[in-house]
Amino acid sequence: MPDTDDIVISDQSDLIRVRQALRAQARSAGLGLVDETKLITAGSELARNILKYATGARGRLRAEQVAAGGRRGVRATFTDEGPGIEDVGAALTDGFSTGGGLGLGLPGARRLVDELTLTSAPGSGTTVVIEKWQR
Amino acid sequence: MTGGPVPVMQIGDTLLVSLQGDLDDTTVVRIEEHLTNEVARTGAGGMLIDVSGLSVVDSFIARVLTRMVAMVRLLGAQVAVVGIQPAVAITLVELGVPMGGLDTALNAEQGLALLARLRRADRRAG
Repeated sequence: MPDTDDIVISDQSDLIRVRQALRAQARSAGLGLVDETKLITAGSELARNILKYATGARGRLRAEQVAAGGRRGVRATFTDEGPGIEDVGAALTDGFSTGGGLGLGLPGARRLVDELTLTSAPGSGTTVVIEKWQR
Repeated sequence: MTGGPVPVMQIGDTLLVSLQGDLDDTTVVRIEEHLTNEVARTGAGGMLIDVSGLSVVDSFIARVLTRMVAMVRLLGAQVAVVGIQPAVAITLVELGVPMGGLDTALNAEQGLALLARLRRADRRAG
């Protein structure tokens, strides 16, 4: 099992590859089943966001092992070259959606992981980094 | 029934379905259509959906599942969803997916009992 997985996200069959990569990384890092499930679900939401909003511009996932202070974890970085997010604060708010969904994607994903950072600007794509650590 | 995205068993007028593996969005939507059609085709009065084989249920899968249950109810059948994995239940609640409209039970046996109760209540109300 390599320490890093790189996955292209360009159509919805890639969602399954994203989930598989995150599952493998979660097991490598020794995460428990609940944390593994949360990480995979958060990743599935973020990958779907890329398919929904960054249309035409493919996205990418890098999933890797991280360690700090004697604990291990998984870091997953989702990047796309889509239109970017105009109001990052609103995008992280429950119920906010420009895509006709429930608006749970980003805020929901944030609740499932230990750390979520979002970097984006209109026209310059979006990067979302999530981390899930061993307890 | 062959050719569908998921095998459906019929016992009496109850349909039994087991969802398994890693489902992509297209498959989830095909399952929704297939099961809704099967209820109409067979005239089933109840459907038991076992989701114990799903290790991940994200907001899309949850939303389609909820939508399908609403459709099947419109056709006059009751639905019980059974076997949600504890890790999946914890994740769905934290994710914030509204699933309160689903009738759920721990396992297939309790699910069948739940279906019988729902159908009795349905007959009384009707």
